[in-house]
Amino acid sequence: MLNTILLTLAKSIDYDVLSSAKNKELETNEKWGLAEESEYFANKVKLYRQDKLNADEFRRFRLQNGAYGSRLNSEFSMIRIKVPGGDITPTQLEKVASLSESFSIGSAHVSTRQNIQLHWVQLEDVSEVFRGLAEVGLTSREACGNTIRNVMCSHFAGVCPNEPFDTTPYAKAIARFFLRNPICQNLPRKFKFNFSCCPEHGYVRIADVGLVPTVRDGVRGFRVYLGGGLGAASFIGHLLEEFTPESRLLSTSIATIRLYDRLGNRENLARNRMRYLVSEIGWEKFQGLLLKERILVEATISIPTRKSYDGFLNTGDLNNISISSTSTKSKITLPVINSNSGDTPYTRWLNTNVVAQKQSGYYSVYITLGAGDITSSQLRIFAECIREFSLEKKARTTPQQNFLVRYIKADQLPKVFQKLSGNGLGNPGANTIVSTVGCSGTTSCNLAITNSHRLAKEIQSKFLELNVDLDKDFVDSSIKISGCPNSCGQHEVATIGFYGGATRIGTSMVPIYTMLFAGSTGENGELGKAIMRVPAKKVLDVVLKIFEHFKKERTGNEKLNEWIYKISNGNGPGEIKNVDDMKNLLLPIIELPAFSTAPDFYKDYGTDTNFVAKTARGECAA
Amino acid sequence: MRCLSKSIKRKKNDVKVKVKVKSKIVNKRVKSKANPPSTPSLNFVCDIDTLRTLIKKNKVRVVDVRKRDEYLKGHIKTAASLPLAELLSNDDPESIINILNNLGISDDTLVVIYDDTFGALASRVAWSFKFVGHRNVALLEVTYDNWKKLGLEIERKSNKYSKVSHSIDIDYSIFADAEYIENAQNDTNKIIIDSRERLNFLTEHIPNSKNIPYTMLRSENSILRNPSELKRFIENRGIDLNNEIITYCGSVGTLSGLAFFALKTAGISNVKLYPKSFKEWKSLGKPKTEFKDANYWDLSAE
Repeated sequence: MLNTILLTLAKSIDYDVLSSAKNKELETNEKWGLAEESEYFANKVKLYRQDKLNADEFRRFRLQNGAYGSRLNSEFSMIRIKVPGGDITPTQLEKVASLSESFSIGSAHVSTRQNIQLHWVQLEDVSEVFRGLAEVGLTSREACGNTIRNVMCSHFAGVCPNEPFDTTPYAKAIARFFLRNPICQNLPRKFKFNFSCCPEHGYVRIADVGLVPTVRDGVRGFRVYLGGGLGAASFIGHLLEEFTPESRLLSTSIATIRLYDRLGNRENLARNRMRYLVSEIGWEKFQGLLLKERILVEATISIPTRKSYDGFLNTGDLNNISISSTSTKSKITLPVINSNSGDTPYTRWLNTNVVAQKQSGYYSVYITLGAGDITSSQLRIFAECIREFSLEKKARTTPQQNFLVRYIKADQLPKVFQKLSGNGLGNPGANTIVSTVGCSGTTSCNLAITNSHRLAKEIQSKFLELNVDLDKDFVDSSIKISGCPNSCGQHEVATIGFYGGATRIGTSMVPIYTMLFAGSTGENGELGKAIMRVPAKKVLDVVLKIFEHFKKERTGNEKLNEWIYKISNGNGPGEIKNVDDMKNLLLPIIELPAFSTAPDFYKDYGTDTNFVAKTARGECAA
Repeated sequence: MRCLSKSIKRKKNDVKVKVKVKSKIVNKRVKSKANPPSTPSLNFVCDIDTLRTLIKKNKVRVVDVRKRDEYLKGHIKTAASLPLAELLSNDDPESIINILNNLGISDDTLVVIYDDTFGALASRVAWSFKFVGHRNVALLEVTYDNWKKLGLEIERKSNKYSKVSHSIDIDYSIFADAEYIENAQNDTNKIIIDSRERLNFLTEHIPNSKNIPYTMLRSENSILRNPSELKRFIENRGIDLNNEIITYCGSVGTLSGLAFFALKTAGISNVKLYPKSFKEWKSLGKPKTEFKDANYWDLSAE
């Protein structure tokens, strides 16, 4: 008996010494990557280079593994690293930093669907990036192609004061279940899941499957929205049923994918997302078919299948830290620390980048990036910061192309700011219109017509220069920019959205944006309405003119997004009543001077040559 | 703790390097008539422990290629100073021989070179020594900064060595000029490698060259990754070990000098450096490939 005790004791001591738990970071994230896929990819590249694999077949394989062709240059790829639920560890961020330095351009890029992208990687080096990613549990598998793309989850999930429960484990279990799953390796086209934490936070109406958590009679469940999505033609998702219990989440998901796989359009590339299927056969019919399909799925699902999903869900749950939260019955607004002590860089940051969690005493901190870009050295500093200050020792990517670090104690906030701001990561404005979203545009994408990426950065710098972040009227408003109509910049769910195009003025081609008003996210999200076209170099002037009139005409404490919403619905409180009034106001501003006197107005940002709209075959639909 | 794990890692590497050194010595014994068997040989990269032993036994000339004032603030024990700029100001073979003579380096002196610029400056100097016929030269596997952080022996006194007379035996097999590059451009067995960073390469490069940025070559703790890893990179690129490779970079052959040594350690026997690099190529008005169809610079978060 004594021996056994001693032995156990010895074992536990041994364990402590070997694991050196204090120095080693807990491996808090799941392993998504597989090392063997790297070698497999390297071999396929060789076969392709030796003309033993045809270009179309290789292209499909490449996309399935998460590598896009780069803009007008097939030698290079963009690698889209999946970040399921947006959840990422410091070790993973450090690996991304070193992979970018070695094989990419020394910067990484947070996408609007919570991925992290590495651009301009030599095709032959892609396998080395995969190898590195697998070492830290990451993968880019099925980040592109006709597959289940990165499963999004609200970055507030787990800390949101208005959430009924944390949806992160569900998002991750769904991601895990469908990754490499034979039923979704060759769908008619890509397929997207978005989870929210509450009715307010989340992009649930613009996904193939959007999920809002809810509890009924003590049972966890979701309001499931189907058939939404942004693109050249956008749709808002439909509510499947009042309540889908969590026990039916898997069968509902499988049924949706099976139905889409069977009925989806495989001929017309431009109309093969599920939202077109839903719109073509009508929602009632689709809904009826789906509910029947779900019964079939539930009747035939095997025990091992069911168990593997339950296993994923339980692991996800175990990974969560539990800090008792102050129970909130009624809906409260996410509080922001209100500090009126002037406008020092610290207080500016505190006001717009720090959010109180439901766990009392803990705060979440935004890192405001410029259109999602972050350098390798900044990633390393950021990783240190997470380790040092976050209790959960992880961060989340956000659809606004920022990061959120959570579980920080109030007294640590000054130190966090000091560390971040010393390295260019302390910009304010995260929850205001300052944090402009821009897809990669002509910096790397084949489909792009304009340099939306640079425009987003230009707007953000201008706003910071004008101290727009200090003005509370711009909280909760957003500007989102896409370089083409395909909506990667999510321009249709912005207060003011823009998508790029080209037009002829006189004898010159000009980069031009279509401006949209009053789009929004969340469970009541609406799509923006197109207002007018604005030449690229006039976008800033137009936005500032809108601000000027907003200040003059809004009533009471109306915020920009509220005012814009009224105007787009014909209820403007001042002189500008509706969209036509707005157009008339802006028309004189968008007029371009003659080409001979001001050729710069005819060029796009980041280019000193005349504008030409060049695109190549997109790979989204491959 | 951190230090401990580092030294463990280093030891692992050392084993590999030592094995490699031994096999190389065997090869050398067979091939080389210049080295009597008693002289140890260095194989491109010298690990920390080997250098420390050599210093103790007084069997090596250590060369510090950082700026003079950096050298005066502290340097590896016994090191002599040769700022890269001094070599570049006059890098015809006779001047380089003169430099060797002044550093007290004779034909069979082992030379180990280091810098604080991830090995790029050291590489350029080491290449020059090889070019004029000095066989036994290697790069130190770490930078001065790392050496210092590991708490290894440094000193502040200026070291001078008595002048010797080095023979001259120019090795044109490791040298390329613009004309050579032009002829190599359409030769499928010759591969031109641009060692600059990706965005510079995309902007403009020598037509038909491929980009292996210098940032691909280093590891966390060493100026060069281990040879097997480098070899895999090369194989991924479809480069055969029997291909001839010519490296170049932006201006004076530093980044491409590092690539020269990386490719050598990876097992490519025929590597040449174009020391005047892209700067000269452009000044000669030679054609270049530009890529203007994308605004990739705007992705950089710098």
